[in-house]
Amino acid sequence: MSDFFSSVADYYNYLIYIVLMVIGLYAIIAKKNLVKKIVGMNIFQTAIILFYVSIGAKRGATIPIIEHGHGEAVHGAGSQAIKAAEYINPLPHVLMLTAIVVAVATLGVALALAIRVYNRYETLEEDEILAQLREK
Amino acid sequence: MSQHYPALLVTVPLLSALLISILGWLSRRLCFPVAVAALCVALFSSVGLLFRVLNEDVVHYFLGGWAPPWGIAYRVDRLSAMVLVVVSAVALINLIATRRSVEREFPEKIGAFYTLYVLLITGLMGIVVTGDAFNLYVLLEITALTGYGLIAMGEDRAPLASLNYVYMGTIGACFYLLGVGYLYISTGSLNMADISAILPSLYGSRVVLVAFIICMVGVFLKMGFFPLHAWLPNAYTYAPSAVSSLVAPLMTKVMIYVMIRLILTVFTPTFTFSRLALNHSVVWLAVIAIFMGAVLALGARDMKRMLSYVIIAEVGYMVGGAWLGNRAGMTGAILHIANDAVMTLCVFLAVGNVVYRTGGYAFEDLKGMFRKMPYTMTGLVAGGLSMIGVPPTCGFFSKWYLISGGVQAGQYGFVAALVFSSLINAVLFFRIIEIGYYEPFGSDHGHGPAPAPMEEAPLSMVVPLLVVVVGLVVMGAYTGDIVSGIIAPMIP
Repeated sequence: MSDFFSSVADYYNYLIYIVLMVIGLYAIIAKKNLVKKIVGMNIFQTAIILFYVSIGAKRGATIPIIEHGHGEAVHGAGSQAIKAAEYINPLPHVLMLTAIVVAVATLGVALALAIRVYNRYETLEEDEILAQLREK
Repeated sequence: MSQHYPALLVTVPLLSALLISILGWLSRRLCFPVAVAALCVALFSSVGLLFRVLNEDVVHYFLGGWAPPWGIAYRVDRLSAMVLVVVSAVALINLIATRRSVEREFPEKIGAFYTLYVLLITGLMGIVVTGDAFNLYVLLEITALTGYGLIAMGEDRAPLASLNYVYMGTIGACFYLLGVGYLYISTGSLNMADISAILPSLYGSRVVLVAFIICMVGVFLKMGFFPLHAWLPNAYTYAPSAVSSLVAPLMTKVMIYVMIRLILTVFTPTFTFSRLALNHSVVWLAVIAIFMGAVLALGARDMKRMLSYVIIAEVGYMVGGAWLGNRAGMTGAILHIANDAVMTLCVFLAVGNVVYRTGGYAFEDLKGMFRKMPYTMTGLVAGGLSMIGVPPTCGFFSKWYLISGGVQAGQYGFVAALVFSSLINAVLFFRIIEIGYYEPFGSDHGHGPAPAPMEEAPLSMVVPLLVVVVGLVVMGAYTGDIVSGIIAPMIP
């Protein structure tokens, strides 16, 4: 049992992202309201952003900026070696800047489409829309 | 000049998309020529690249001069060069063929339409040339976002269909991104060549296994592989005809390319087929996809929906062929990417012409069509024959490779599914021929009204269609050269 708790404590970032992902997936599949589905989609994307951000982090590390890193201190013969363990990994974070932009763009497109659907059917509930479509 | 072809492929359409969106405000008449010019440059560069690749095997291009694994590298080999030529040629032909229908369907939005159109091609080209796993995700989303916009420009139900596509497409892309994340954890790299160099020591790792499966699920969702296909029929049916004939031939096929690129280059076939015991299950899924696609196509009430279900069956062909795990199956799958793109373009262009003249695409709209639009119906029949797999057309040859791959692998279920689907395709297309040829006589017992005058679609729509028809036969004739020159060296 204590094994279980310690593994939960060790991997809590992964557990949180999986929980978020499943919430998002649930909303997309089970919710009938189109905007709730969009919210679920966004939670899903955010879960993956969280996953990426958490894999770049390290215990006891700092932001990846080398202090006094310009000038001779680096290029000179006496420059101290850079220890990767002292700095967090910036690459996943930079990747997520792009993913956030993508997520915002997707959200915009999805909401614009939802507005067009609403203008057409006067509702955002999927079952009401389907009922309207079936009547014709 | 020629060493910059890989960059030109992506940057020229990207910049012209910006230019077109500005021109949309200033002078709408200039949008179309700029789009044609951009795609001509893209086609020219892809053909140039194909010839270079045939000599040099692989062309690398480092964006900004940053060498991988730090910079983003473009990597073109024979497979990607072939897909590039197919994508740019299909996009250009479709652009020219649908000019009239675009002008009529949304005269107000010409600027927006061509901007999205060219951006979509930018994304597809980028997906094919990129050698970076994360870059591929970004381009995937560019393609998808423009695709959502284009599909939503269609008829009444299009926004709803497009919104459902948004949900599924986003989940698919996110799964792919998650898989890339797992790959990055285990290898520390995003460059495809670099990852595949590091991976062999990690084949036993469970993280790599999960990465592979998640990436595949994402790609399957994006290509509309059977249990994950729900978004596809509505999106392709309600899209404007100019968009259906662009998206249907290209999107699913480029996703198949991504799957094959992941199998061949990133994870290598040894891992995919020897380490995992998955190929039998995936081939059986493909069998179900083919059966269900064929059966649902039989139940469809209009041409576009029927063709959408045929596409789902075709996706099953290619996934199944690629996962058979032998040379013949993989050859068939790769060959079918090119062939299926051309024949899908052919049938959707023909349907687009019918829509242009009659305003509908239900089966009833086809009555008397052989008299009214003989050239368009010739195109539809030629595309249909190719989908059935009748010998002089290219559809026969890829199906032949797929079937012989299935026999070699002992997957007789797959062989049976291919034969079954060909028979169903025959039923589907002969039904169309019957309606188009005999219907007007049926009602009046032979004393019908004077034959309807010929009312063919405008020349600018018919000529590209006939070019595609010729292409079907030419590609069939040159199958041997394509296989020995391009596909065979790609398969280890």
